[in-house]
Amino acid sequence: MPEENGNGENGGVEAREEGSVATSADRLVDLYREMVTVRRFEEACQRGFRQGKIGGYLHVYIGQEAVAVGFLDSFKEGDKVITAYRDHPHALLLGSDPKNVMAELYGRGSGIVKGKGGSMHLFDVERGMMGGYGIVGGHIPIGVGIAYALKYHETDNICQLYLGDGAMSQGAFHEAANLAGLWGKDGQCPCLFIVENNQYGMGTSVERTTAMTDLAAKFDAYGIEHEKVDGMDIDAVLEAAERLTEQVRETGKPYAVEALTYRTAPHGAGDFFEKYRTKEEIEEWRQRDPIGILEKKLLESEAADEEKLDEIKGEAKEQIDEAVKFADESEQPPIEELYTDVYAGEDEYMGEE
Amino acid sequence: MAETKTYREALREAMVHEMERDENVILMGEDIGVYGGTHLITDGLIDDWGPKRVMDTPISENGFTGAAVGMAMMGMRPIVEMMTWNFSFLAADQIIQHAAKLRYFSGGQVQVPLVIRGPNGGGVQLSAQHTHSLENFYGHFPGLKVVAPVTPNDVKGMMITAVRDPNPVIFLEAGALYGTKGEVEEGDNAVPFGKARVAREGDDVTLIAYGRQVNLCLRVADTLEEEDGVSVEVIDLRSIRPFDEDAIVESVEKTHRAVAVQEQWRWFGVASEVAAIIQDRAFDYLDAPVERVSGAEVPAPYARNLEIAAFPSEKQVANAARRVLYMEEK
Repeated sequence: MPEENGNGENGGVEAREEGSVATSADRLVDLYREMVTVRRFEEACQRGFRQGKIGGYLHVYIGQEAVAVGFLDSFKEGDKVITAYRDHPHALLLGSDPKNVMAELYGRGSGIVKGKGGSMHLFDVERGMMGGYGIVGGHIPIGVGIAYALKYHETDNICQLYLGDGAMSQGAFHEAANLAGLWGKDGQCPCLFIVENNQYGMGTSVERTTAMTDLAAKFDAYGIEHEKVDGMDIDAVLEAAERLTEQVRETGKPYAVEALTYRTAPHGAGDFFEKYRTKEEIEEWRQRDPIGILEKKLLESEAADEEKLDEIKGEAKEQIDEAVKFADESEQPPIEELYTDVYAGEDEYMGEE
Repeated sequence: MAETKTYREALREAMVHEMERDENVILMGEDIGVYGGTHLITDGLIDDWGPKRVMDTPISENGFTGAAVGMAMMGMRPIVEMMTWNFSFLAADQIIQHAAKLRYFSGGQVQVPLVIRGPNGGGVQLSAQHTHSLENFYGHFPGLKVVAPVTPNDVKGMMITAVRDPNPVIFLEAGALYGTKGEVEEGDNAVPFGKARVAREGDDVTLIAYGRQVNLCLRVADTLEEEDGVSVEVIDLRSIRPFDEDAIVESVEKTHRAVAVQEQWRWFGVASEVAAIIQDRAFDYLDAPVERVSGAEVPAPYARNLEIAAFPSEKQVANAARRVLYMEEK
């Protein structure tokens, strides 16, 4: 792993013993399936973008799968999830149908937000997905408010708030973290901050944006406890996720995890040249690809054989192919939809149609 | 039943009325609790309602406004105080990019029943950074509702409506008028949005305004009646988005002459919208071009004489009315 973030060997994460979590073989196979499905989905998005079927911006999660898969494995009914614009896996892992998610990206009426939001704004409120957001850092205060409301309504649910390394230079982050720490003093802010540190805010590396590259430690300023986790190792993520979601649930206090990960895909679909990083660096991280690591683990522990893994890959491909077909064949939103959902209640639209 | 109350008392009464009705209603903002509120709107409420319903926040407008958006998405109904609307620029990302658009880009999956309130406009020598009239600014964005009540009765009734509205409401108070008194209806006097108020009936010319300029127009109406024998109608818009086009059109169909008055700068302002609506819908009724009276195109100054000169004066408005009546200016 390259020492890009200045945190020393292995990105500042203390090596965990292999198998430190009692993770059953079946469960790991299920998680493998989730990671592969997310990966296939993202690859299909890249193809769709190249074919001109997907417009706007497209940000894929390739390389980071273990983070969302691992943390959302500890999601409990009634919990809430909020993230920025690299949001496809969060919706998929909460149970949104890949067909509706892909249809959204294709700009179809059957899309998960009716073709009104696109890639950056996936919502599935019934399942706890409180949205993907397009302004870096903008969703962080909202997530903190959601966590506050969960306590105000006397639930034992928590908010998983995902943010990128880049968002931590935004004022919105600092203001929200300050509020979370403050409200957490009274046990009123069950918010788990999950920093998906993929080493780059678009094309600018962490050490080129802050002198304080230990991102987890920034939470010290707001009285929020924190740790780092190897975001490429699903076992390590699962261990942290189980322990920390329960802790936040019990205490009502916020907690922050910096998951060290890497986006092996370009930042966005228009990021062709990747002048900000070398092929060697990408290749080095690819050696630690979370799916590759898990594959190796499954084979070595004989939890699954090559045949089983191929079967899973085949099923994932089939599911995503169906989603693409569904999206492609779906109708565009009816033009009347242009005018709906501007306002809640009677005044859905206030202009002249 | 009605009682005489100040604008401040009426506003507080509305918030308490809604807090009693719905425990999801909370107040939050800078120094609104222990300190009592910079403008004393919330003075004493923390003693009655405790810090969970009356929440002091750090000085971080973007942070706490965003948190309130999240609370609102979860079914709470926060009333956020902007100590003054001038600070809302710091929260503009949350108000404009999030609160206003969330319902749309979530495909109707969420709503944001949020009220953001505070003093708007100038007149108390706060100079450039603390003096803005933001009706047109917020009125520009679909997804927001924007109101600017000027009477104590309206500030109460419109706050009640704002809290019950399932959308983000920009509640622009006449900051210079917190101490002014008026008759206020007892109990639930909810005033609907999108309905202008005829503040004074008249036949010869219509003055259209909102916020504290309504009071200026009423004084001008007295002057014109006494000095020039002119019968003046004054329309208080009250609500900027939604906007009561019909009220303006009906009045102009009667008077055939209109002057739009605003404290804000002329360019791209509410008065321009008023003039355009009249041109669209009542062109054939007009006997003179619509006049606009606006603030001077300068950042607000401090010195009293300069500040007075920066805002519409009675003389300017009266002369604008005289011009549309083809009378001599005075």
